[in-house]
Amino acid sequence: MTDHAGVVKGMIGTSVARREDDRLLTGRGRYLDDLELPGALAAAFVRSTFAHANILAIDADAARELPGVIAVYTGADLMEIQKPLAPKVMHPKLRDYPRLPMPPRAVHYVGEPIAIVIAQTRYLAEDAIELIEVDYEELPAVGSTAAALAPGGAMAHEGADTNVAVRLTQSAGDTDQAMRDAPHTVSAEFTVTRGGGHSMECRAVAARHDPATGQLVVWDTTQSPHYARQQLSTIYDMPEDDIRIIAPPDVGGGFGPKAQFYGEEVVIPWVAKKIGRPVKWVEDRSENFVAAMMERSQTHRIEVGFDDEGHLIAVRDFVEHDQGAYCAGLQVPSITTSTVPGPYHVPNIHVELLACYTNMVPTSSVRGAGRPQAVFAMERMMDRIAEHLDIDPALVRERNLIQADEFPYEVGITFRDGSPLTYDSGDFPALLSGTLDRLDYPNLRARQATLRAEGRLIGIGIACYVEGCGLGPYEGAKVRLTNRGRILVTLAAAGQGQGYETVYAQIASDALGLGMTHIDVTTGDTSKIPFGQGTFASRITATAGPATYQAAQQMRERLTETAAVLLNCHPAEITFVGDRACLDGDVDKSRTLLELAQVANIGKHGITLPKGVRAGLETSAYFAPERAAYASGAHAAVVEVDPDTGGITVLKYVIGHDCGNVINPTLVDGQVLGGFAHGIGNAMYEEAAYDADAQPQAASYLDYSLVSATEVPAVELFHIHTPSPLNPLGAKGAGEGGTIPAPAAIANAVEDALRPLGAPRINHAPVTPARIVDAIEYAAAT
Amino acid sequence: MTEATGHLISVTVNGATQQHVVDDRTTLADFLRERLRLTGTHLGCEHGVCGACTVIVDGAAVRSCLMLAVQSDGATVETVEGLAPEGELGPLQQAFKDNHALQCGFCTPGFLMSVTAALREGPVHGQDHARDVLSGNICRCTGYSGLVQAVLDASKETDGD
Amino acid sequence: MKPGRFTYHAPRELDEALAMLHEYGDEAKVLAGGQSLMPMLNFRLARIDHLVDINRLPADLTEIRWAADTVAIPALVRQRHVERSPEIAAALPVLTAALHQVAHPQIRNRGTVCGSLAHADPAAELPTVMSVLDAACTVVSARGTRTIDVADFFQFHLTTAMEPDELLLRVRITLPPPGTHAAFHEFATRRGDFALAGVAALCHTDPAGVVRDCRIAAAGVSSTPQRLTGVEDHVIGNTLDDTVIAEAGALARAAVDPTGDIHAGAAYRQRLTGALVRRALTDIRTQQEVTGD
Repeated sequence: MTDHAGVVKGMIGTSVARREDDRLLTGRGRYLDDLELPGALAAAFVRSTFAHANILAIDADAARELPGVIAVYTGADLMEIQKPLAPKVMHPKLRDYPRLPMPPRAVHYVGEPIAIVIAQTRYLAEDAIELIEVDYEELPAVGSTAAALAPGGAMAHEGADTNVAVRLTQSAGDTDQAMRDAPHTVSAEFTVTRGGGHSMECRAVAARHDPATGQLVVWDTTQSPHYARQQLSTIYDMPEDDIRIIAPPDVGGGFGPKAQFYGEEVVIPWVAKKIGRPVKWVEDRSENFVAAMMERSQTHRIEVGFDDEGHLIAVRDFVEHDQGAYCAGLQVPSITTSTVPGPYHVPNIHVELLACYTNMVPTSSVRGAGRPQAVFAMERMMDRIAEHLDIDPALVRERNLIQADEFPYEVGITFRDGSPLTYDSGDFPALLSGTLDRLDYPNLRARQATLRAEGRLIGIGIACYVEGCGLGPYEGAKVRLTNRGRILVTLAAAGQGQGYETVYAQIASDALGLGMTHIDVTTGDTSKIPFGQGTFASRITATAGPATYQAAQQMRERLTETAAVLLNCHPAEITFVGDRACLDGDVDKSRTLLELAQVANIGKHGITLPKGVRAGLETSAYFAPERAAYASGAHAAVVEVDPDTGGITVLKYVIGHDCGNVINPTLVDGQVLGGFAHGIGNAMYEEAAYDADAQPQAASYLDYSLVSATEVPAVELFHIHTPSPLNPLGAKGAGEGGTIPAPAAIANAVEDALRPLGAPRINHAPVTPARIVDAIEYAAAT
Repeated sequence: MTEATGHLISVTVNGATQQHVVDDRTTLADFLRERLRLTGTHLGCEHGVCGACTVIVDGAAVRSCLMLAVQSDGATVETVEGLAPEGELGPLQQAFKDNHALQCGFCTPGFLMSVTAALREGPVHGQDHARDVLSGNICRCTGYSGLVQAVLDASKETDGD
Repeated sequence: MKPGRFTYHAPRELDEALAMLHEYGDEAKVLAGGQSLMPMLNFRLARIDHLVDINRLPADLTEIRWAADTVAIPALVRQRHVERSPEIAAALPVLTAALHQVAHPQIRNRGTVCGSLAHADPAAELPTVMSVLDAACTVVSARGTRTIDVADFFQFHLTTAMEPDELLLRVRITLPPPGTHAAFHEFATRRGDFALAGVAALCHTDPAGVVRDCRIAAAGVSSTPQRLTGVEDHVIGNTLDDTVIAEAGALARAAVDPTGDIHAGAAYRQRLTGALVRRALTDIRTQQEVTGD
């Protein structure tokens, strides 16, 4: 189905079957709730039922007396850990309100944890929760960014004089003047709704404290174990080496929300230490719906100026961003502001974003992370330009695309990592033309005209995007020859289904010149590698990948050097045959990996090493990219709309994708197609609705529609490969490109389909049947 | 309220008949996971939508989060652990592997059990039929295309016998 | 999301079950398929002290029972069993069609037809289809047996005419006479979801093609399945031509007064109901043409 021509040969670039699969297919995966923790107690949280309230009193006496209940702690009982969970990405002008692990005095969103029950079983813990009475003083709540910015409206935090958390701006050129001078301008308002990560496994934390060693072991479904350790070390005032965070070998999906740090992660280990028993908390879906961070809700008021041919002259975008009840970080709004220009020449641009506090669960990255919204605004405007000038929307895009010979391309604004927004490489015209070719675009437009004449509502939507990925600061890898004679690659990064055990063995295999069968990969345990950042922002292949490659190259030098001493030759004469380091490929003149380990690692008690052998076959490398790499792509959708029901049928969907060099093509396809399904959810189905009082309205899968196999259309996926010059593998990120432009492509296609009905406007994602019918009726009435 | 009483049940799980005393309210899913330590059956939503907990009871694919353990008295239960002898993959499992039909793997056991039950009813022909068979389970990672192909491949394999 | 504490009962005989329901009254709940009740227990939305599991009652409750001009579906017949019954498909194809759209096979494998009726979700398929059939609910209690016509059975959202001590023993459907055709159409956001609206329609047509009896019921637009009697009256006495179908759709749209929710507003549901009435009647017309009735 897909074509990966041009990838490097070797293990890198090969679709190796995954090592993870056999255990996962036979029910022998080891997810957090599957781990045996003898004597572990179950935890459950009391969560706020109000969006904004003061806590006057909590009566837990009856709960404490329930048989099987070990302990109940309110926030006020654990004041020693009530320290703010700092925003991940800061801004000097941010108005920050402390996000406490389990706030003792006031709550700011429905679902905020306010007390914890520890019991013999989760059943009993939930029984106890029903017995706890909380006396609240309800306060006015903010249920949308519009309400947050309304003059005289409620404040999300008591005593505040504004709900604005921070104003972020990006500017290049003179947008005001250019807009005034532009021959044509169009403007529109677009909104994108909240949606969640919805990993099939919810969050979970288990912890055990060993008083004898002082070690606190924490199992955590986090995407960022080292970040979690850093936070706990600070909050608990404990040395980092006394805290071991283990992301279990199998984690059931991440998608962003698990990259954040939550109060529950502070409370569970602390309580385990306090009561001297292992404690396990496994978030259930009803908690996940209200307490796991979400994303997406933004309103864009965008204006574009352009010439008679559709060349962009100026873009002005005013964005309202829903930060939620607290600022967990400004990564998402920052990414939004730098994603607006996309793959186009935009000589004058001004983006201004107001991040607003509301009384909803905090927002942070969810697969796509601020990009789908920006792409939605920009790509909808490309279609509006085409409509205004009555020219083909593909042509408008072609005329504005940055060309393949313009890299590195400086956009003129800055990226979230602080560097000037500079696209490293790409071929945007090839992505667009490849996508159009696969649609048979000119004939498709002709066919659309024919079908329209028959009364059928067929639409074609295109969306292009650029995705900053592979972000710093760094990621690391250690490579060791174990004393059992196997190569062990240790990553700080923790996987959630990406196939790290396979991919990093492939990379190490090429760098070592040694077969994958001799290489093991271990991930996500802070006791095994001191530094790390985490799995987020489609960054690991482009950071941990080069780190693994470099550490493995160093290991090859160490292995050949050691073997050369023992075989009395030059290291360059050593090659590997199986697990043997051979002189000139001769297995009769060789040493096995085990023998090398015996010499250099194990040694002989009290005996001097052979001359020239360096002790300890271990290497490590940390790769710190100079700046972000840029993946890119083009999506196109062909849809038919049923005007009676508003139902959308996706007739064809094409994805052109460029993430540079690819390590495992099958797994990259999996990332893109999986991301696409999430994008289809955002485009047509998923909506984490809240009412005006900020009460969540979609708190089960009966009200929040996750797409199944019948909703996700088949996709024709193709790749081009423009290697990134920023890392030795030439790799970019692949985790989010399937998601980012899908809502824009679908909305463009739907609006195109409806055009014969008086051009109803599709200004809202997701594009639901009801919104389509409402738009049709509105257009008919006006 | 009456204190929970114990119920002696006899249940055949993956071919082995065993007796257990269970309380009134433990779900079949929790019984399989906690008591029998068959942790391949996962809980994704506990309200019957996601399908991660799907097992086969008396030949029919059902949500084990929506059944009580006590209700399995006398029943035959099949879970993912029973699909193939230890150390081997059955044809459907192999088709999943060959088609990259899993990533994080959390939903996978539920898919395997749903599809196993469906294939016993007859072959699956074509994309639409395969998607229909898969539609009672949610996967957040793969985008379903590998799953669709895995169902079709496994169906061919079974059909060709 | 673990169920709260309750006492589980698994009576082996109907009398025993009825005695329990009599004793515990509204502290008890009947567990049949459990596909609606168990989620409510897991969410702790339903609070009950006694769960009376009827799955151990004698096997005669698990089989569809045919008589000369009726079919009875007893309390323990699974939805999947009815869906896969060739006899049902031949005699009541509209029921088969509606069952295909109830959630997913994994739910229908456990869920019972009677359980869905007793749960009385106004957006559900089965109560709506039963509302256009000649269906009667036989309910039993320790106090005796009574029959409730389906038109009187659904009282309100999740509320039926049954008393807390009563059990829906069977639903009995009188088979429609020759010349009868029926259709069920719904529109749901996602496969297997509750419908945004649904319509069941049934027409009995004379040899000249004139509709002599018509019943139309809508799902998801009221607190119970809503019979659209005004639309029915308009169709009766006419042939199902394009004009009549279009008028029926328009009347249906005006006849329902749904409430909006996060998925769709009231106006959308009205319009959708009209469209689904048109589809159902068009479907019926097609069936008439195929069978030559």
